[in-house]
Amino acid sequence: MELDFQDHAFRAAVLELIRRASTDLAPDVVQAIQTARENEDEGSAARGVLSAILKNIERAREKSTPICQDTGTNIYVVSLPLGISMRRIEKLIREATREATEKVYLRPNAVDPVTGKNSGDNTGVLAPYIHFEEWDEPAIAVKLLLKGGGCENVSTQYALPDVTLKADRNLEGVYKTVVDAVVKAQGQGCAPGILGVGVGGDRSSGMMLAKKQFFRRLDDSHPDPELARLESRLLKDLNTLGIGPMGFGGKTTALAVKIGVAHRLPASYFVSVAYMCWADRKHSMRFTPDEVIYD
Amino acid sequence: MIDLTLPIDEKSIRKLKVGDEVSLNGRLVTGRDAAHDWLVKERPDSVRDFLKNTMIYHCGPVVKKRGNDWEFVAAGPTTSIREEPYQGTVIQEYGLRGVIGKGGMGPQTLKALEANGAVYLHAIGGLATLIAESVVKVHTVFKLEEFGVPEAMWVIDVRDFPAVVTMDSHGGSLHEKIFRHSDNIRKKLLHIDV
Ligand code: SF4
Repeated sequence: MELDFQDHAFRAAVLELIRRASTDLAPDVVQAIQTARENEDEGSAARGVLSAILKNIERAREKSTPICQDTGTNIYVVSLPLGISMRRIEKLIREATREATEKVYLRPNAVDPVTGKNSGDNTGVLAPYIHFEEWDEPAIAVKLLLKGGGCENVSTQYALPDVTLKADRNLEGVYKTVVDAVVKAQGQGCAPGILGVGVGGDRSSGMMLAKKQFFRRLDDSHPDPELARLESRLLKDLNTLGIGPMGFGGKTTALAVKIGVAHRLPASYFVSVAYMCWADRKHSMRFTPDEVIYD
Repeated sequence: MIDLTLPIDEKSIRKLKVGDEVSLNGRLVTGRDAAHDWLVKERPDSVRDFLKNTMIYHCGPVVKKRGNDWEFVAAGPTTSIREEPYQGTVIQEYGLRGVIGKGGMGPQTLKALEANGAVYLHAIGGLATLIAESVVKVHTVFKLEEFGVPEAMWVIDVRDFPAVVTMDSHGGSLHEKIFRHSDNIRKKLLHIDV
């Protein structure tokens, strides 16, 4: 079925998606932070930090201003029905990105690594980053993740076996790398964090897989019971590390752990650990010419 | 909560200890990667008066132009450790009394804090809107054209800006303590012998 839509309608829908992503957090994320706050001791720095964070989320929503000034790498996952031009969609997303920057939903965040010059409008080579998939529905689905730089800098990748961690090529080895990554990150990824873990793949597909986990609801668990167990065991153990919100100490170091797996080469066993800060800005929309539904 | 009015003298700074919660009032200057590089390589005189006895804030803000005025829209801290190679020099050269950021800094900065009478204040990462609301005035801006909005040096006045002392002028560091503690637990969880 041919999907007939106007450019301006799609562009406006993407602009609104960016606004929502930048200025509001999804309900599951707010819920997780609220629960964490209740769990921290009265009068502790940890509880103070989480209270301030919740207040900040509220003010950002009211004023429609960015939750965090680092509006991050903009990562899109777009599902298209057969017959829609990817180039057309890409062009419209880029236009919406420029407009969102003008409206200050996004900070100018695209820097040329050779000249050091900021493009000023968030567009450039691979910016924004758009990943296309085809699907059977008569609609365009767009998922958007704003991935901050501070937490991206503490994201990492391990090649198993790892001798210093005594991590073998199995799920126990995966467990060890995630604990190690979170201890290395300390508060620097704006803890409490959400861990997206990609097991397998190559270095690039594994990291993408890790990041795609951020689109899952924080309160879901993996359909594979073994991976579901690993997710909850990791979450529990990470919260015994005592790093706490912002690394000031406390019971909440991580809000969720989400694992994805992909087939690997016989010669490699990569574990990609993507760290997402508490400002976990993920939003999605379903676009048809008649209506736009936001999550 | 301890109120600090900026600019500030060395004696007041020396009183601060790791773990103190503070509230900042007065003038400070934003600066991140490009600014630190500039401050160290070119040693510009134009910013000296603005930096003396006050603090540099690791922040890449979102700023809006309203007529002839600038308005801070989002202004949370950025990761400080990137400035570790520069920070000691900048503290000494420009007479800073403190550095505000997130994530803490390394041994070189800690040494400079001790030698010069300065502190590291940890702001809450991502607290963009709340901190922007505490910016009551934008005095001026350096290198806006060349560095762009987030990297430029914004001279601002703040009111009730909340932060925690995580590195003091006596060699104390909360980051070290938390790291050591969490690393010991890591070793237990991973069955690595200590
Ligand atoms: S890590 Fe996240 S919350 Fe922290 S400054 Fe970056 S985008 Fe903001």
